[in-house]
Formats: sequence, structure tokens, C-alpha cells
Amino acid sequence: MENYVTFGRRQVTKEENFTPGHRACVGCAEALAVRLACKVLGKNTIVVNATGCMEVISTPLPTTAWEIPWIHTIFENTGAVVSGVEAGLKVLMRKGKRSQRKVNMVVMAGDGGTSDIGLQALSGALERGHDFLYICLDNEAYMNTGIQRSSATPYGASTTTAPAGKKSIGQITWKKNMPEVAAAHDIPYVATACPSYPFDLMDKVAKGAAMLGPAYIHILSVCPTGWRLAPDLAIEVGRLAVRTGIFPLYEIENGKYRFTVKTPKLKPVEEYLKMQGRFRHLAEKDIAHIQDRVNQEYAKLQDKVALTNKPED
Amino acid sequence: MSNRVGIEVSRAIAVAAKLARVDVVAAYPITPQTHIVEDIAELVANGELDASYVPVESEHSAMSACLGASAVGARAFTATAGQGLELMHEVLYVASAMQLPIVMSLANRALSSPLSIWGDHSDAMSMRDTGWIQLFAANGQEVLDNILCAFRIAEDRKVLLPTVVHLDGFHLTHVIEPISIPEPSEVDGFLPPFNYPLPLDPDKPVTMGAFAPPYIYPETKKAQQVNLLAAKPVILQSWKEFGDHFGRYYSPVESYRAEGAKVLLLTMGSYSETATLAIDSLRKDGKMVGALSLRLWRPFPFEEIRQAVKGADVLIVLDRAVSFGGPGGPVCSEIKAVLYDEARRPKIVGVVGGLGGRDISPSDFVSIINRGIEISQTGSEQEFEMFGVRE
Ligand SMILES: Cc1ncc(C[n+]2csc(CCOP(=O)(O)OP(=O)(O)O)c2C)c(N)n1
Ligand code: SF4
Ligand SMILES: [Mg+2]
Repeated sequence: MENYVTFGRRQVTKEENFTPGHRACVGCAEALAVRLACKVLGKNTIVVNATGCMEVISTPLPTTAWEIPWIHTIFENTGAVVSGVEAGLKVLMRKGKRSQRKVNMVVMAGDGGTSDIGLQALSGALERGHDFLYICLDNEAYMNTGIQRSSATPYGASTTTAPAGKKSIGQITWKKNMPEVAAAHDIPYVATACPSYPFDLMDKVAKGAAMLGPAYIHILSVCPTGWRLAPDLAIEVGRLAVRTGIFPLYEIENGKYRFTVKTPKLKPVEEYLKMQGRFRHLAEKDIAHIQDRVNQEYAKLQDKVALTNKPED
Repeated sequence: MSNRVGIEVSRAIAVAAKLARVDVVAAYPITPQTHIVEDIAELVANGELDASYVPVESEHSAMSACLGASAVGARAFTATAGQGLELMHEVLYVASAMQLPIVMSLANRALSSPLSIWGDHSDAMSMRDTGWIQLFAANGQEVLDNILCAFRIAEDRKVLLPTVVHLDGFHLTHVIEPISIPEPSEVDGFLPPFNYPLPLDPDKPVTMGAFAPPYIYPETKKAQQVNLLAAKPVILQSWKEFGDHFGRYYSPVESYRAEGAKVLLLTMGSYSETATLAIDSLRKDGKMVGALSLRLWRPFPFEEIRQAVKGADVLIVLDRAVSFGGPGGPVCSEIKAVLYDEARRPKIVGVVGGLGGRDISPSDFVSIINRGIEISQTGSEQEFEMFGVRE
């Protein structure tokens, strides 16, 4: 590959701070999201990782995939650990024990570590206004422990703790709207992203890291293993999540909503659902039910965009 | 020159944190620890202490924030009690295994249910095996002194282990005692600035908290055990140097009129001081009794305990926690285990008392000792007895 010269509208650094050789499954878009984020974050970064796939695949002792300072302690406390990291660094810089400079303090946690067990610690950190970026790597289940449902698992998906069966379609609750939960803390920056749209993702990571105060980025990360699809389809499925309106890409900057990837005409959700084994059992009426919900949620989001961008009178 | 003042022990802890120039305090309020953290918050708000006070939303987060702060090389302090300690339990193991030298004061409190805000050692005993260095204080002066020592011990390059100073809720936290407060310059001479060897630093990236498959996990645990035992000489040396600086010397096991005593009573924490009054009155009656107080709980002072009980025929151990359905209070069980292989050892009698803040008066201690002597001769139907409980 060395002899190839690529022409890109946007060049991306070759620097890898999350290095190859880790043990993620083939086609893992969560690992891709971490890699892209680390390219943007650069060396002046401290990563606080929750227990979960990304922690386990990257650091079996005595190896590490991390070229930047990284800490993992337990599953549900990343919001608190990063609070201590930030508070500690600030004091040490104030006292002249560390050189004054901008250090990105970044949490990476799964959907379980974020919207379920880690929600309290995250809420505390957002409310206290620590200067950090929280990245939720949402693969829509507890994958590390074997595809158990989380509150981020979508309606109708079959997981090992909410399996589809004669009396159940699997998950019977709608996905928790975690970006809105974060936004309700009135923080300066909230965004959604997906590695199928790498530049959009990287722009948002850069913006979130640069923001003073807490920033939250929710990254839909296709997990071929847990979603039951071929590894080479991860990127395509991520694109479909966006194009069907199931996972719109937007940001909320100081309260203003904005779509960052425009989807003028939404594709039917069926195209997305049909590609994944976890939705295989769904009947026509279930799919129609999901379509209704997606339409509703998308319209709500459009309203918010319109409402927060009203020209001043 | 130090300054002797009448001060609530909780406030003295805040003063100790200030004298130690802590960088980060992360804490969540719980009775009877509240005065400690309120005072620290006030010192920070008034600019008397240049630290960051992180008012976290739970004790689990308090200890977690301390992990983060300590990992970047900041001196971190917290305080809690009872339920708060239970909520941070999971994180306690991480602090010791990751060698983050956090210092904590624990205002010992009974555990729910039923809810009790009053003191006993149930919380303390629940953290027995967490890998922390653990000291028990018998009075306010010991609390302040040992918090300063705790930083010195915890942060020693040969140690790097979190350290807790236990003090009895209410019986110590809420009493006003005459306490010598050292001058900041004197403390600076005893406690060097914290210099963590490998902090999270972009200039020297480290991976902290990697996971361990079976091929390496046991080695990490062996290292932890070796490390905690190796802390003992540092603890002794720190206490010695503390004594040289401030004139107050501490040892792992404190004894009171134990010379020549045939009957010994072993206690921990502030009840040790009450027990000495009982010893005095029994001695007046010509009984050869004495008292021991266990100050160093982890690492356990094996040799000191063996020496201390050498001449005794009876050793009565007061536990302020119960191991339900087990052989006795946790302290008594350990003392029995430690002395089991001794060719000559005292008859050991376990008593559980003082649960949920129930006072044990000097005359109660007299009864405990007399009953202990009786049991040592006649035996008891139970593995251990609970003192003063209505049935
Ligand atoms: C207190 C606690 N409960 C449960 C677990 C087990 N556990 C480890 S990772 C995990 C799931 C992680 O799911 P998520 O946060 O979505 O991350 P993913 O692995 O899917 O990337 C669970 C349940 C744990 N480590 N700690
Ligand atoms: S289980 Fe899913 S998220 Fe985890 S490493 Fe494999 S593909 Fe990635
Ligand atoms: Mg997940």
C-alpha cells in the first residue's frame, strides 16, 4: 500500500493511537469508531474506558492497543473517574505540578455502561460540568457478556435475555433516547454519530473535545456478531440506520439542533431490519409498528430543529 | 510549635486534610461523617485549602473520582461511613489492586437493616479483605496524627497502597477533644509532596487497569499480598519518624497495664479508652488484668500480637461486628487463627458488644472481663456471647 497516493477531499492522519492487533471481531464498527475518534483526539488525551467489548479486546495483560494514556477501573463509574481525572489535573496544573495545556479527557463506554448501570455517574459528571467528552459506543446490547438486552436495544430485536419466542417478539420496549437524556443536563454539546459516516464522526469528536464543559457523543456502532449479520455489511447497515431515519445524525450545540447528514427522503425501515438476524422473526405488522414509531420520532426531531433555529423576530 | 486546642474530632480531620495539602476531595455526605466533609468544603470555599472539592452524587462515585484523581498524580482524600462504605465496596478493591494511594477516614457506623446511624465496626470489617492498609484510632489526637501518617505510608514508593483510618462514629466524630494541631511547616517536614511514579500523562502514556486472563491473574494477586506485607516496615518507620517530629509515638498493638497480667482484654477503636478505666478498677481489687488495643489491622501485626499475649492465661476479645452463623466476631476469629500454632497460648474468649452505638460503660467492661474469666473456666454453650443483649 505504501506506493499508493490517495486523493481525498479530506486527508486523515495516518497516526493510530488505537493500534491494530487488538481482538475485536472482524467487521466490528465499535472498534472502527474508537480508531477514528483516537485519530482526531491525538496524543494529548487521557481515555477513561468502561468495562465492555472495547476494554476487553484492547488490553489483555501484558499487552495494550493504546498509544495514549488509558485507564479502566470498573463498569459503571466512568463519569466519576473522569471527574477525578479532570479535577486532579486542574489542581495539579494550577499548582504548577503539571504543565499547563489542553488535555482531552475522554470517556469511552458502551450503551450498557452508559444508559443503564453508568447513568448515575454520568449524570453526576454532566451536572457538575466537568470539562470532558463522553463517547457512548452503542452496539445496542451488552455484547461483551453475550448479547443481553440493554435499555438501548431497539424494539423487536432478539437478544439472549429478551429472546424472541412464541410469546414474545424479543425486546418489547423502545430504545432509550440517551442523547436527549444527556441534552437534558443542559450541556454545551450533544451529537449522534456513526462510523459509516467517518468525517461526520471525526468532526463531532473534534468539536466535542474542543468544547469547554461536558460534551456527549452517541455513536451507533454496528456489531456484526450481536446483530447477526456478515462482517462486511457493518458499514452498509450503519448507513441504512441513518437513511431510514432510525438513527439520524444530528448535533445539539448550545441548545440548537441541526441535522449534520441530510436525509431528504427516508428509506423504509424494512430495508434495515431485513439485513439483520436479530430482527428476522418480525412480522409485517411489527415492522409497520416500528415504521410508525420511526416516523413519529423523526418528525419530533425535525420539529426541534425548526424550533431551535427560528429566525429572531 | 503545635497548638493544643479543643476541637471536634471531625473538624480535626478536615484540618489534617488541609495540613496534608490534599489536591482532590471527593465525598458524599452520610452521618456521622458529615462534619468532616462539610468542614473540608468550607476550607476550600474560604481559600484556606487549595484543593478541588468534588461533590459527587454517591459514595461509589466518591471512591471512583478518587481513583481518577490519584491516577493523574493528585493527592486524594475521602471520608464515609456505614452504608456509604458498602456502596463504594466494589471500588475499594480496585484502589488497592491498582496501587492508588488514596486516604480515607471511615466514621465507623452500623449497617442497615434496621437503619442505625450509630457506631460499630460492621462497616470496617466488611472491608477487611479489600487490600487496604487499615489503622484504628482510639482518640482524636490519634485520628489527626494517623491521617498524616496515612498519607506518608500510602504514598511511599515501596508501598503505594490506599490507607483507611477508622474512627468510631459519634463516640469520636462528634466529641470535642483537646488536640495538638501541628504547624504546616512541621507537617511539610514530615510529609513530602506526592509524586506518583507513573501517572496518566500524555508525555508518558501508560495503560492502567488492563484485564488479566488466568495465565496472569494469580501473579497479580501474589504481588498484592507481598506488597501489603512489605508495607509493615514502612508503617513502623513512618510512626517512628512521626514520633521524632511530633513527640507522639505509635505502635501496631497498644497495651495498658498488660505487664504481668493474667487476663487480657483486646479491643479496637475508642472503646479501648473506656476499657482502661475497667482495668484500673479491677487492678485496684488486686486482679491481674490488662488491656490491648489493636491499632494496625492490615497488614496484621502477627509478631506483636504473639508477644503481647505471651504471659496471659485468658484473652478476651471484644468484637463490635458479627459474622452471622460463624465462629465469632471477625477479630476474635483472626486472633484465634494467629495464636493457634503457639505452644503456649491463652484461652481465648470471644464477646460481641457495642453494636449500633450501644454504650459499653467501664462497669460493663468489668462485667465482660469477669464473664470472660468465668467462661475460660467453665466454657460456654455458644461459640461466642453477645454482651448486654435482652433476650
Ligand atoms: C457491576 C457489574 N455488573 C456486571 C458486569 C458484567 N459486564 C461486563 S461488561 C458488560 C456489558 C457491557 O455492555 P456495554 O456497556 O453495552 O458494552 P459492549 O460490551 O456492548 O461494548 C457486563 C454486563 C460487570 N463487569 N460489572
Ligand atoms: S461483539 Fe460486537 S462490539 Fe464486541 S468486539 Fe465483537 S463485533 Fe465488536
Ligand atoms: Mg453494548
